[in-house]
Amino acid sequence: MKDTAIRPPLTLRAREALVGWLFVSPITIGFLIFFVGPLVAVLGYSLTEWNLLTQQSTFVGMNNYVDALSRNPEFWTVLRNSLVFAAGLVPLNMVLALTLAVALSRPFRGVVIFRTIFFAPVVTAAVAWAIVWTFLLQGESGAVNQMLALIGIDGPNWLRHPDWAMFAVIVTRVFKTVGLNMILYIAALQSIPRDYEEAARLEGASGWQVFRMITWPLLAPTTLVIMVITVVGSLKVFDHIYLMTEGGPENGTLVLAFYIYEQAFEFFHVGYAAALAVILFLLIVLLTITQVILKQRGGAR
Amino acid sequence: MTRFQSPFVRVCWYLSLAILAVPFVFPFLWMLSGAVKSQTEIFAPTLTLLPETWHWENYAEVFSYQPFARQYFNSLYIACVVTAGTLFISSLAGYALARIRFAGSGLLLLLLISALMMPEEVTIIPNFFLMKWLGLMNTHMPLILLPMFGSQGVMATFLMRQYFTALPPELEEAARMDGLSRFGIFWKVALPLSRPALAAVGIITFLFSWNLFLEPLVFLSDIELFTLPLALSNFTDAYGLPLWHLQMAATSLAVVPILVVYIAAQRQIVESFALSGVKG
Repeated sequence: MKDTAIRPPLTLRAREALVGWLFVSPITIGFLIFFVGPLVAVLGYSLTEWNLLTQQSTFVGMNNYVDALSRNPEFWTVLRNSLVFAAGLVPLNMVLALTLAVALSRPFRGVVIFRTIFFAPVVTAAVAWAIVWTFLLQGESGAVNQMLALIGIDGPNWLRHPDWAMFAVIVTRVFKTVGLNMILYIAALQSIPRDYEEAARLEGASGWQVFRMITWPLLAPTTLVIMVITVVGSLKVFDHIYLMTEGGPENGTLVLAFYIYEQAFEFFHVGYAAALAVILFLLIVLLTITQVILKQRGGAR
Repeated sequence: MTRFQSPFVRVCWYLSLAILAVPFVFPFLWMLSGAVKSQTEIFAPTLTLLPETWHWENYAEVFSYQPFARQYFNSLYIACVVTAGTLFISSLAGYALARIRFAGSGLLLLLLISALMMPEEVTIIPNFFLMKWLGLMNTHMPLILLPMFGSQGVMATFLMRQYFTALPPELEEAARMDGLSRFGIFWKVALPLSRPALAAVGIITFLFSWNLFLEPLVFLSDIELFTLPLALSNFTDAYGLPLWHLQMAATSLAVVPILVVYIAAQRQIVESFALSGVKG
């Protein structure tokens, strides 16, 4: 008798658990097969070397990592390019996003039109954006250089010039993605109560002081999120490089994500490419951990 | 409504915004312009938006140059399948993670969240061999499976979970009293209430699939199977040089419908993206 009195709640809980697992089973199974499995496998691949002729792989230990870090100077070029890309893109993107957000966070006639315009590249395919900008940035007949010629500037062949290719790719990528950060900043700005600013204004604070002392600190959590999204986004840039420069000229825009693709699917250096993928993975893990630490420190303050 | 201190300030305000808007608007205009120019006019050293003679036949040529209609359809149906599949899987899992207490749910959530940021470049090599082993090379299956179960599907699940967590539980109590099963509650009560979240996830997922490039590039080799982004980069002459007039016409055909929908549903689409960014 006692037994049956206890059992019903237990079976109910067991049934709930069963239903819970049933609900999450599609994503869990798929996630294990197409994400967790490959993540483990890429680690394994990175310790092997793939022979194209015999179609067999042999265990080579840390050899691929040693190749990357000490034998192949290309790797350091790639890493430097990725860092230059991120160091150029992230500040430019965030400053422009914040500027636009501050300008467009309060209503004025036409504000929606401007928001729509700055966000439009975000919904446009990266491929389309890259193709059109390649068209705009051609050497002599490109529209950008024709415009520059109007004001007497002789523009370079942007995407083929070692000094300018990286710059051109960064700037066009900023135009493509800045709208998203702008929207996130606008949402954050609009959630700040207007009383704060009005109170400070009554005390005689200037517009800049209000921004510096009130708005900017209140935006800190948003800034952190945006920064991480943007840095990670800059590390995985692939289509822009593939379509605009193919890593050139003189490997000047060869960045990590593109290098992985090239090594794996064009040169079939599977083991080496896997080691590169692991390095990309570690970089992103490192960034995510940094974000968590910064967030906690911000919360403690 | 902001009022400007003086007409001068107003003019400066609009002028600077208009100048800033140039790199965001001009590419679209130049794309449309290039699409109806002749090949020779494209290389002419004159900066004119309207062509001398309108070459509407460029648009027709796009379809004869490669199976563009077929490729367009591929992109459309894949994006629809991915969106429908993701909506179902992510709402189901999101609901369970928010509403049902079961052992391991916390761990599962943590595991999924840790994948949010991971780019597909990290797992693309093993996935290539997996698809080869499954015999799915040169099919659309990888383009459907990988977004659904990769970081995009995970993000959808996470967004749905956030939405269901915020839903007041009282709404479900009544249904439970009526003896509805868990699935019944999910399907008949929770899901209809989550329309805004479903719309947001649907929009982001559709665009993600529509714009996907690396996966088609890696998994497809048959031109008939190409999706739009892959097809767009493919309008080259015998020397591999781009045929700009066709390239621009094809790009216009791919971009303009999305832009029209975007302008019509601007608010909804922007809000969807804002939601996905707040997740971090």
